[in-house]
Amino acid sequence: MSTPRLRPTPSPTHASIRTPLAKVRGLGASNEGTSHFWQQRVTALANIPLTIFLVWLVARYAGADHATVKAAMQKPWIAIPLLLLVLSGVFHMRIGMQVIIEDYVHGEGAKVLLLALNTFFAIAVGLTCVFAVLKLSFGT
Amino acid sequence: MADAISKTITRPRPLSPHIGIYRQQINMVMSIVHRLTGAALYFGTLLLAWWLIAVAQGAQALDLVNLVMGHPLGKLVLVGYTWALLHHMFGGLRHFIWDTGRGFDLSSVNRLGWLSVIMSVLITLALWLGALHLQGVL
Repeated sequence: MSTPRLRPTPSPTHASIRTPLAKVRGLGASNEGTSHFWQQRVTALANIPLTIFLVWLVARYAGADHATVKAAMQKPWIAIPLLLLVLSGVFHMRIGMQVIIEDYVHGEGAKVLLLALNTFFAIAVGLTCVFAVLKLSFGT
Repeated sequence: MADAISKTITRPRPLSPHIGIYRQQINMVMSIVHRLTGAALYFGTLLLAWWLIAVAQGAQALDLVNLVMGHPLGKLVLVGYTWALLHHMFGGLRHFIWDTGRGFDLSSVNRLGWLSVIMSVLITLALWLGALHLQGVL
């Protein structure tokens, strides 16, 4: 009579020092697992229609006079996609720039500083754009 | 014997080919361009923020934006900005195809690379020619 085995006996060639809990969580050394990969894909998907919208907006309204652009940006069907684009865009670009920094900056101090600046930049640009669009929409 | 060993040690070790000496291939160039356009779009958001704030600020602020971006160099930046957006989008679509496990064979990889360059350039041209046409320039 043999006792049922719950997990395979580790063999010398497939030995692992990872605990079963760590394997189930799947978060790895970064404690974030593949969440950045997934967030990059989800925002990328959102960015496809929003990019087409932005490209159209720029080609249509670049160089136009103030009354024209203001009237356009006060329309909900332009203001709302613009807000969505800014939010999804800065989220996506923050992750992308983080990957670039982590690839090329190896000094620990410089890396941490640049990663923080990256976050500040994304939030500052995002809030500035949102502020402007909301001011146009809510302002008289 | 010792001579042979020292010769072996001092001989320059073979290095794996790096960007500088590797024959340029469409896929590696597209990979680099995807990252470059991503980084450019990152700072390009400053242009978008400047434009939006100027519109919210008033006619005078927007006049300055229009003056700077109306310069031939400004126009070049704008065309480049829309091209970078489109090229990065097509690069992303390529990655979506790869994410499903498809398109990894050499001919698909090459075809997708060329397709994203050609599509991004063609659509950028069509976009701005269309915009000029609507403005009555063309």
